[in-house]
Amino acid sequence: MKFGVVVFPGSNCDHDAYHAAHDVLGQPAELLWHKDTSLNGVDVVVLPGGFAHGDYLRTGAIARFSPIMPAILEFAKKGGPVLGICNGFQVLLEAGLLPGAMLRNRDLKFHCEHVFVRVERTDTPFTAAAERGQRLRLPIAHGEGNYYAEPEVIRQLEGDGRVVFRYCDASGAVTDSANPNGAANNIAGICNEARNVVGLMPHPERACEGTLGSADGLVLFESVLSSVART
Amino acid sequence: MKARVFVTLKKSVFDPQGKTIADALHSLGYTGVGDVRQGKFFELELDASSADQAKTLASEVADKVLANPVIESYRVEVE
Repeated sequence: MKFGVVVFPGSNCDHDAYHAAHDVLGQPAELLWHKDTSLNGVDVVVLPGGFAHGDYLRTGAIARFSPIMPAILEFAKKGGPVLGICNGFQVLLEAGLLPGAMLRNRDLKFHCEHVFVRVERTDTPFTAAAERGQRLRLPIAHGEGNYYAEPEVIRQLEGDGRVVFRYCDASGAVTDSANPNGAANNIAGICNEARNVVGLMPHPERACEGTLGSADGLVLFESVLSSVART
Repeated sequence: MKARVFVTLKKSVFDPQGKTIADALHSLGYTGVGDVRQGKFFELELDASSADQAKTLASEVADKVLANPVIESYRVEVE
């Protein structure tokens, strides 16, 4: 199974994602330049973290117009698994592949720390190998992760079971003090209606080996590996 | 022609930066300042033959790129 990691000018977690797929998971992986127009036959697309185009205008706002985006939209439309991590999540929001937008963290601080998230749904290609309610200890590193959508959109996401990850405390309880950025309903990650496009603010690719302090993120990569193998 | 585009967070969206600025002003003693909303300001040089055409063009650009309609609204002025 081939992973494709998209590289925008300003991406800085592209090699972490590549390392997780290629070296930890042992799968073929390829870096895809944002000016490419083809996905080179990859089976899964990862939009990595970083500061694409310097986050000019708004996070992800310029990356949305990259030449590679039409190919990603087409891939997503056909049901191909797409994972947006942190800045990649922000790009998916700006591209309209996922609903909502990011506001500044409510305390205006850039948060760089490990947090806990709870897996709310296992019916996505990136959580199929996890257990519902499983807690993952993952790093976050963002200044704009305060997920916002109109109340009606939030109700729809909740009603359709499209909240995939939620910030929680060490015991798994979803509390306001466990919410690092003020995100609506402690939302850390969501999926699209077809469930093949997932975006999350925490960095699973930076938590795939014990030496990095946590290997909890590996389950996302293992999930997509088993999901794609099954289809 | 020149157009000015003012982008601000929608009224229904909390603006933590504006709130922090308001708090700072209050602590400086500016009790006459109420709420503060922070936004973005763009000046566009446009190739347009009339003010109407310039406004249409600037609005289209604001809709597509300058503002994110999920959280922001905008206002256009033509010079």
